[in-house]
Amino acid sequence: MTIRLKHALRGSMLGCALALTLSVSANAQDIIKIGEVSSFTNFPDHMGHYKNGMDLALDEINGAGGVDGKQLVFVTRDDKATAGDAIRAAEELVAREQVDAITGTFLSSVALAMNEWAKRNEVLFLATMSLSDKMIWQEGNRYGYRLRAGTFTQSAILAEKAAELGKKRWALVYPNYEFGQLAAENFKRMLTEAQPDVEFVSEHATPLGRIEAGGVAQAMIDAQPDAIFSVLFGGDLLKFVRAGTTQGLFEGREVLGLTTGEPENLEPLGADAPEGWWVTGYDWTNTDIPAHKKFLADYQERFGAHPGISAIMGYTTVKTMAAAFDKADSTETEAVVDAMAGLEVEMPWGTISYRSLDNQSTIGSFLGRTARGENGPVLVDAVYKNGEDYQPTEEMISKWRAATE
Amino acid sequence: MGFSGLIVQILNGFAEASSLFMIAAGLSIIFGVTRIVNFAHGSFFMIGAYVAYTVVERFGDPMWFWPGIIIAAVASALVGLMVELTLLRRIYRAPELTQLLATYAVMLIVQDLVLYLWGPVPLLGPRAPGLEGAVNILGRQFPTYSLFLIVAGPLTLAALWALVTRTRWGRLVRAATQDREMVSALGINQAWLFTSIFVLGAFVAGMGGALQIPREPASLEMDVHAITSAFVVVVVGGLGSLPGAFIAAILVAQVKAVCLWIGILEIGPFAISLSKFTIVVEFVVMAVVLIFRPYGLMGTRPALLRHTRNLTSSMLIAPLRARGWILAAIILVAFAIVPQLRGSFPYMPILMLEIIIMVMFATSLQLLMGPGGMHSFGHAAYFGLGAYAAAAIVGYWNLPLELALVVGVGGAVVGAIVLGWFSVRLSGVYLAMLTLAFAQIVWAVFYQFEGLAGGENGITGVWPEGLFGGRDAFYYLAVGCLIVSLAFLYRTLFSPFGYALRAARDSAIRAESIGMDVSRLQWQSFLLAASVAGIAGALYALSKGSVSPEILSASRSIEGLVMVVLGGEYAIGGGMLGAVVFVWLRDTIGYNAEYWRAVLGVITIFLLLVLPQGLASLLRFTESLKRAKE
Amino acid sequence: MTLLTVQNVGKSFGGVRANHDISFALKSGELLALIGPNGAGKSTLFNIINGQTNADTGSVRFEGTELSGLQPRQIWRLGVGRTFQVAFPFGSMTAIENVQVALMSRDRKIFNFWRWGRNYCRDEALGLLQRVALTDQAEKPCNYMAYGDVKRLELAVALANKPRLLLMDEPTAGMAPQERNELMALTKRLVLEDGLSVLFTEHSMDVVFAYSDRIVVLARGELIAEGSPAEVRANAKVQEVYFGTGNTFETEGQAS
Repeated sequence: MTIRLKHALRGSMLGCALALTLSVSANAQDIIKIGEVSSFTNFPDHMGHYKNGMDLALDEINGAGGVDGKQLVFVTRDDKATAGDAIRAAEELVAREQVDAITGTFLSSVALAMNEWAKRNEVLFLATMSLSDKMIWQEGNRYGYRLRAGTFTQSAILAEKAAELGKKRWALVYPNYEFGQLAAENFKRMLTEAQPDVEFVSEHATPLGRIEAGGVAQAMIDAQPDAIFSVLFGGDLLKFVRAGTTQGLFEGREVLGLTTGEPENLEPLGADAPEGWWVTGYDWTNTDIPAHKKFLADYQERFGAHPGISAIMGYTTVKTMAAAFDKADSTETEAVVDAMAGLEVEMPWGTISYRSLDNQSTIGSFLGRTARGENGPVLVDAVYKNGEDYQPTEEMISKWRAATE
Repeated sequence: MGFSGLIVQILNGFAEASSLFMIAAGLSIIFGVTRIVNFAHGSFFMIGAYVAYTVVERFGDPMWFWPGIIIAAVASALVGLMVELTLLRRIYRAPELTQLLATYAVMLIVQDLVLYLWGPVPLLGPRAPGLEGAVNILGRQFPTYSLFLIVAGPLTLAALWALVTRTRWGRLVRAATQDREMVSALGINQAWLFTSIFVLGAFVAGMGGALQIPREPASLEMDVHAITSAFVVVVVGGLGSLPGAFIAAILVAQVKAVCLWIGILEIGPFAISLSKFTIVVEFVVMAVVLIFRPYGLMGTRPALLRHTRNLTSSMLIAPLRARGWILAAIILVAFAIVPQLRGSFPYMPILMLEIIIMVMFATSLQLLMGPGGMHSFGHAAYFGLGAYAAAAIVGYWNLPLELALVVGVGGAVVGAIVLGWFSVRLSGVYLAMLTLAFAQIVWAVFYQFEGLAGGENGITGVWPEGLFGGRDAFYYLAVGCLIVSLAFLYRTLFSPFGYALRAARDSAIRAESIGMDVSRLQWQSFLLAASVAGIAGALYALSKGSVSPEILSASRSIEGLVMVVLGGEYAIGGGMLGAVVFVWLRDTIGYNAEYWRAVLGVITIFLLLVLPQGLASLLRFTESLKRAKE
Repeated sequence: MTLLTVQNVGKSFGGVRANHDISFALKSGELLALIGPNGAGKSTLFNIINGQTNADTGSVRFEGTELSGLQPRQIWRLGVGRTFQVAFPFGSMTAIENVQVALMSRDRKIFNFWRWGRNYCRDEALGLLQRVALTDQAEKPCNYMAYGDVKRLELAVALANKPRLLLMDEPTAGMAPQERNELMALTKRLVLEDGLSVLFTEHSMDVVFAYSDRIVVLARGELIAEGSPAEVRANAKVQEVYFGTGNTFETEGQAS
């Protein structure tokens, strides 16, 4: 009997320990609380910048008195690049932390799952890093918004450039999953529309993170293309550039790189960085957008490093939330969601707005050429392309969205 | 394209094969002697790459690349030495899965250690000095460094071969590979033999990592990629066989090379992109080889161990007694009252729901591992198939949830009928690897084919509606499924089937000699385990509202293994205990901790050292204390 | 009545002839010993009979049924039980559970998921244990049993489906002389009680000559002699092939 009693005691102690970790944290009336769910530990190279961007914006806003006198607070959770964990984190944030909105997500599968969850639970969700267009179009809903310029927009910017180049034979290389597949598909369709005689002579869908660079480069050379379209990033890009350079793949050929111009992708190339590729990305060195100057100075002063595109996204995420709650003048979800439609936000690249058509921001991307700068690779001749100008027709979007709503 | 293109692709394949062999060789030797499936092997490879990078960076002269290779290899070897002395040496007598789990924990720790030391950005090293350029081969520029690698692979093989055939130490290694017990009977100090083997393996892996620096950046994913490829190569070649590993590396690399050369294969009206196939090519090769040559290309049937299995007292099980039932009732009541506490503990029902699902997943895997004696490394396949089947019912066709649960079970069982049929023909590590290969193939199919179940994005809109649509109703549905599943598994364990399955595990030859069809028994156990995993998967999909291929991933399978081993693979309730503790730990430390992997790794190692038979032995311990008192 | 007929059986492993043209028969109620020096082909022949190995040529018939090509488990169902040289009990189970599992298999119940197995044919299992004098150890995990007891447990398991023929591979290997005789005496008693037949291989000659009714002698894969213990003992060819010259069985038996 005493043993049973001890057991019961031990059990209840465990219960108390659990209870402590599971209890509600107090939610003060004078703060606006937002839950940020992202792949902090799975993509630390991006998320470090992202967090810096958030911190910078938060200090600016709260330093200036917050939003309508309320302090803006972000509670972050790591989603371990898994949709299921992301949903649980969001549920925890809403239930225990009682947040007023959810932001974040990195992978498109996670963004789509979160979008679906937000719709079901009627919680405002702003996807920030994900490139998947499906969440705003085919699976668009009232509660899901998206900040970053998606796959379609970036492909369209490059397809336009490709048509200008007038090359006939193209070789494609992309990571073998939805993002890469869609980018290639969009690019092929748009380029074919603009230039009907175009030929796609080689197409390589490589396993993410495990490209067989030497073999792929060789197979592309053997296809004798005039130009190359690459959707590679991260380690795959580094391997591909090194192998391709050694094997002479890039000699005398135009190369277009989707997201290659983002500092997170370009800078690790270091001395290997190719010159003269047309890429989408972020030109932090030469751009003369006025708002950017202050942002850059503040960022460099605070972190002793220059920002990557993720820093811009993190910064703008916070700015967006501040603007939305300010405009709504309330923390009621429906009011804030209403406020998001058509919301204008000042960010380092200028003013963007969230389209009421599809909840997508009008943020764009830089199109520039890669070059080797003094302190590493940079973009030159970069132009900021407004996202608004590279979208499917309204008719298409309405049709897609109508199917789900 | 053309024929000369093929020649160059094949040359390229040989360079890749050399790289693969360097990773696999050490793993193969280590396994051959110590029988440890060393997950941390990829970490040694990664450490080698990072150290080599740093050496060149520090000294500023690319020429340091060459001595850097040796420095990196030595650094890896030192880490290996440390791991062996402080951790593995303590657990050589533990069940093999405990060892595997310990090396997995080491991998987690090293991952975070590297992140801490070198940061998150991939580091592209210098080109190899003297071999920067390319040579002209058949009108193509072929990287000189690849030529160097083509030579380096066979040289490594020759050096290792000489080491094991020409030295006394090597003879001991070979003897230990064939018969471990014999070597210890001869009075050889096994501990130091194991240590030296482990250090050599780490040395070769570190060298392999350093040699990759001119071709790929040092990055945090290197370890996982390396270990998967290495497993494939070692298993295809035949465990413990160096020449086998070499041939397997060539086979895998050349199949890839030919896929790249062909590009798009047109068969009648169908155009198949073989470049897309490269994502699974390794696993397809492994599955095919294991089906036709169950012990790998150059492997031999493992010698029958003196006692078919290392039987320990922890494998004895008996039906629950009063105490056990009281405990079970308490747990049940705890599950049941959780939603009533939503007001004070709003997160508890959310976490509990996850725990309930994972308990079902882990317990179903435990049926295969404990009573079945089959270490499935691909259990996520059934979880995922169940989830996808349910998601299709609810998300695509808007049919009711009850049907989704049934179809979820069906989907998982269909998967198990096919995959299990092949798997039960093997045993031990080979079975583990075949199940892993199948699960990876299933994952790749779901991951890359957009047309099928949404590709990487998966299926959304999978919400419970109707009777079980409410939060609490769904929670109780899950509790109901849990009770039914656990009762079913418990009952099965003590049914004639359960006895027969354990008999087949204890001694397959004996079981056959008293009329049992062992393969069919094991196959059947796959179906049973899959059905419970399937219902867990279906509930998971419905609780999240969506499914995506990550739920089929190898890491989920491995998490299942971790839960079962943590809880105790033979103990009743071991899977449950492991799942509760693991999910809770992962949730609590995984929130924000930047280095949660390392923390999880350290806790896992701690638990393994203190409780090598799993958490359940804690309960057993109190039981035996009680008996001692009486 | 002839129970088992082995006819012209041959088997080679990669050119090495393990069995060549072996024929003999085993009658009902007979204890037949299969002997021969190491490498004579006893194990191969034994494994051919129990279905572990397939013969290249020839046939093995049990009560008129052809055994070659059948799995061990199918042969068992025909009524051929078996014990192992090294006992393989189900180590995670108690003695009685070992017997119960065999009974479940006999009744074709091993794919039953629902029935409670703990008390399956308990009385019958206890009865079998009683016949081998293990009743008092019924609940003991057989991992903790003495080797001699495990050997007897094997017999109880083998008797579970009332076999008409029992194949015993070196039943007394690894046992002390005293235990050997006890085990063989027990076997002999069971044979008489149940009217079953036994084919066994054995190294220890005292056991062979004390307990077998008839002996078949193999050497280098061929059958060289067959007959009663007395006949075999007297056979010059056996003496020469088996022992070289001079030695008698008695001295060998006593020395071992």
